[in-house]
Amino acid sequence: MKIGRVVGTVVTPVQHPAYDGHKLLAVRPLDPDGSEASDRMFTAVDRAQAGVGDIVLLMAEGSSVRALVGEKAPIRCAVVGVIDEIALDGRVVFPGW
Amino acid sequence: MHLGKVIGRVVATRRSAGLDEVRLLIVQPLDEQRAIAGDTLVACDAVQAGLGDLVHVCDGREATLALPVPFVPVDATIVGHVEQFAHDGPGPQIGAGDEP
Amino acid sequence: MFIGKVVGSVVSTVKDEKVASLRFQVVQELDEHGKPRNKYVVAVDTVGAGQDDLVLYASGSSARQTTLTDGRPIDAAIMAVIDSWDVNGTLVYAKEDLDTVGWTVGEP
Repeated sequence: MKIGRVVGTVVTPVQHPAYDGHKLLAVRPLDPDGSEASDRMFTAVDRAQAGVGDIVLLMAEGSSVRALVGEKAPIRCAVVGVIDEIALDGRVVFPGW
Repeated sequence: MHLGKVIGRVVATRRSAGLDEVRLLIVQPLDEQRAIAGDTLVACDAVQAGLGDLVHVCDGREATLALPVPFVPVDATIVGHVEQFAHDGPGPQIGAGDEP
Repeated sequence: MFIGKVVGSVVSTVKDEKVASLRFQVVQELDEHGKPRNKYVVAVDTVGAGQDDLVLYASGSSARQTTLTDGRPIDAAIMAVIDSWDVNGTLVYAKEDLDTVGWTVGEP
């Protein structure tokens, strides 16, 4: 899983039926120190009632995501949690980035 | 999964089995500022996307699950038309009717 | 998938029995203008592509989704031989023997 910041919401009125009922978020991956990671922006279905600005857990691996959304869904990325706290070496770094 | 813009199409008569009816489009990945975000790729089309459309692309093995025959060697499929994209950055918001 | 050009082939006598019957080709990735990128991949040919053909190849576990490659340890497969492609309505590439008379470039 990756750490990311929700940077936007995406509306796709014409879409594969597997996406019906899912909110689609744009997520920018972050390093644990809060800086932007080198990965490009992901889009992901929201499984955690996340919103723009939230720091989230991003699952970007297909078979784990399909365990959540259905084995036959063409969905590869999901936001699976909103992060409250990140600690490195026992020291809380987030909140406080 | 990523956002991108359809910039072209590929014609290929000789294909792997199961891909006969599938359209192949060239997609430029974009970020939330609509800036180029990575190399162009070729994606199958599951939603009748057209040239210039802003689209949502599913990559990896899951891309095959949006196609009529799912047992095919495909690693990217367009699974949605993007009509609106609201973000918290400084760039323009993307709404219906915008010139992408 | 990426556009690529078949620039060579790989022959390997000692190999795992699961890949013994497969044909491997060296593919160089091209950008949308046909310009080579400095990226190469060894891919299993599932469509009978030949030297210098422009092809599409799929990467990762998707490459194992053919009867030829199912369950075999491979991570790239050539899945189409390209006849032509266009970018923003302009024809970039057409195979030499392709009949492009009456070809209309525009709406994909």
